[in-house]
Amino acid sequence: MSGVKMAAAGAARRPRPLWQEIWRQRSAYVFIAPKYALFVVFVAAPVIWAFLISLQEFRIFETVWVGLDNFRRVFGSDLFWVALQNTLHYTSVTVPANILIALVLASLIFPLKSGAQTFFRAAYYLPTVAAAVVVAMIWRWIYNYSYGLFNFVLESAGLPRINWLGSSAYAMWSIILMNILIPPGTGVLLYLAAMGSIPQTLYEAATLDGAGGYARWRYVTLPLLKPTTLYLVVLSTIGSFQVFTPVLIMTQGGPGYATTTLVHLIFNTAFLDFNFGLAAALSVVLFALIMVFAVFQFRWLASDIEYS
Amino acid sequence: MGSHPTETGLIKGVGAEARAVARARAITLGRAGRAVGRGTAYAVLILWAIISLMPLYWMVTTSFMLPDEVWKVPPTIVPTILKQMPALLATGQWAEAGKLWEQAIDSYRFLFQSTPVVRWITNSVIVSSVATLGVLLLDSMAAYAFAKRRFPGRELLFWIMISTLMIPGQVTLVPMFMIIRDAGLMNSLWAVILPDLSMVFGVFLLRQFMRTIPTELIEAATIDGASEFTVYSRIMVPLAKPGLATLGILTFMATWNSFLWPLIVLQRSELFTLTVGLKTLQDKNLVQYGLLMSGATVAAVPMIGVFLIFQRYFVKGLTLGGLKG
Repeated sequence: MSGVKMAAAGAARRPRPLWQEIWRQRSAYVFIAPKYALFVVFVAAPVIWAFLISLQEFRIFETVWVGLDNFRRVFGSDLFWVALQNTLHYTSVTVPANILIALVLASLIFPLKSGAQTFFRAAYYLPTVAAAVVVAMIWRWIYNYSYGLFNFVLESAGLPRINWLGSSAYAMWSIILMNILIPPGTGVLLYLAAMGSIPQTLYEAATLDGAGGYARWRYVTLPLLKPTTLYLVVLSTIGSFQVFTPVLIMTQGGPGYATTTLVHLIFNTAFLDFNFGLAAALSVVLFALIMVFAVFQFRWLASDIEYS
Repeated sequence: MGSHPTETGLIKGVGAEARAVARARAITLGRAGRAVGRGTAYAVLILWAIISLMPLYWMVTTSFMLPDEVWKVPPTIVPTILKQMPALLATGQWAEAGKLWEQAIDSYRFLFQSTPVVRWITNSVIVSSVATLGVLLLDSMAAYAFAKRRFPGRELLFWIMISTLMIPGQVTLVPMFMIIRDAGLMNSLWAVILPDLSMVFGVFLLRQFMRTIPTELIEAATIDGASEFTVYSRIMVPLAKPGLATLGILTFMATWNSFLWPLIVLQRSELFTLTVGLKTLQDKNLVQYGLLMSGATVAAVPMIGVFLIFQRYFVKGLTLGGLKG
């Protein structure tokens, strides 16, 4: 019996000419073909094409290769640096704040009974399922100077009103505050899932060593959540770098350029100015920035993670 | 974990001892101390839940405010309809209740009569349904081959696909626009659907899922004379149902909520999806908050419903897609 099996395995392992193997497995390619065709046309080709477009200038009747001119214009424009600064400002506050909040909320939810767990998990995730447009529209109303909820709360507390979205000093902070007050539903969910997969025996061993509730959290839970934290840091940094909808709906990048972010700048350059070459160059720069950050974060955070 | 019988026995023993220690500690700490700790935890959680749900409450109540109620100082926290309706219904004042209702849905009446919102909802339903069904079909086919078939180039093809997951969507914005424009698809719903169908995430998610299906099942079916397609449709698809449900819900939600791309390729009002329609509604009626919030409610409520009904699939989708990469 086992001899037959081994003979069969030996036959399968004998190298077959590549084209013959491909022909033999042709039905596998048929299963992949429709998805792969769409992928090539709408994802792979556009990615490569984006780099080529960034080297060209689109005039009315002709397209000219201009080398790195678009990139020179990007780095030479004040607006790019303003947008970069705004984007970094937004990212550097919202990413740590959201991850910290997710960690605290998940840690508080985790010991609860499953009914209460389900309730809070749903309550925190619920705002995430509404479209970004919808959320931004609601918050524009909450931030309304004369009739909005926030200025009413401030006035009730005896404080002066704030021109949340209309002043360049506060506009970016208002968008940041909105993002912090909307609970990080995904983060809470992922942390809860990670906490659930920590073996109970580790906690029991820690308790035996005399660890109290906080010590167990600090020395057992927290280190084991590190892969989740790394994933969340990278994912939400990538997301924050692409912040766009709240800007478009709440401030249109203003007042002045106080809330213009990189993606808002790309959008305006491409579809208001129709300067495709420059917009593509901007998007390539954004791509490079995101990659640099992701690699840096992996190096920095993953250095002492042990995957088992 | 605990495959060895004596090992589990040992751990159980440790657990019992640990629980005894914990119990002793709890007694020395006192019930009051623990109650305060738990009370604080609940207070923080409930406060955040209120902050979390407040905007949605504010959206719905604003949409049901009486016409001049939106512009009141201080703002109306509990709208008239919520204050008066229960009493009217309890005392059987049907006529009054009807009149109040008529006034409260003023924003909705305006929304449905004076804007093409029905058209926008229809478009959103078409886009999301077609995209979701297409993604489920195409992704499950590709995932089956990537998970269970051995063919030359499998790893390379899969790796190329997955490596694009990290690329931000804005990079392809301009070239995609040119492709859609040159293909003559501008101002058609296909311009939105086709890029949705090419999303890579589902192949990855379903492949993870299908890899856990035992290969012996496929071998047995093949010996019984099942064709490739039968294996896919009768074995893989039924066994991957939880994965398909997860992907379907996530895709439906993502396409229903998507904004930037439809905003670029749809320029005629009768082709707008709901999110794009809402944006133009805001551009035209910057401060008509009653109207804007009724539109926002119409867009948000279906997704809230989907989430509440299919909650467990969200957890599964996020953890499968996220952690086992």
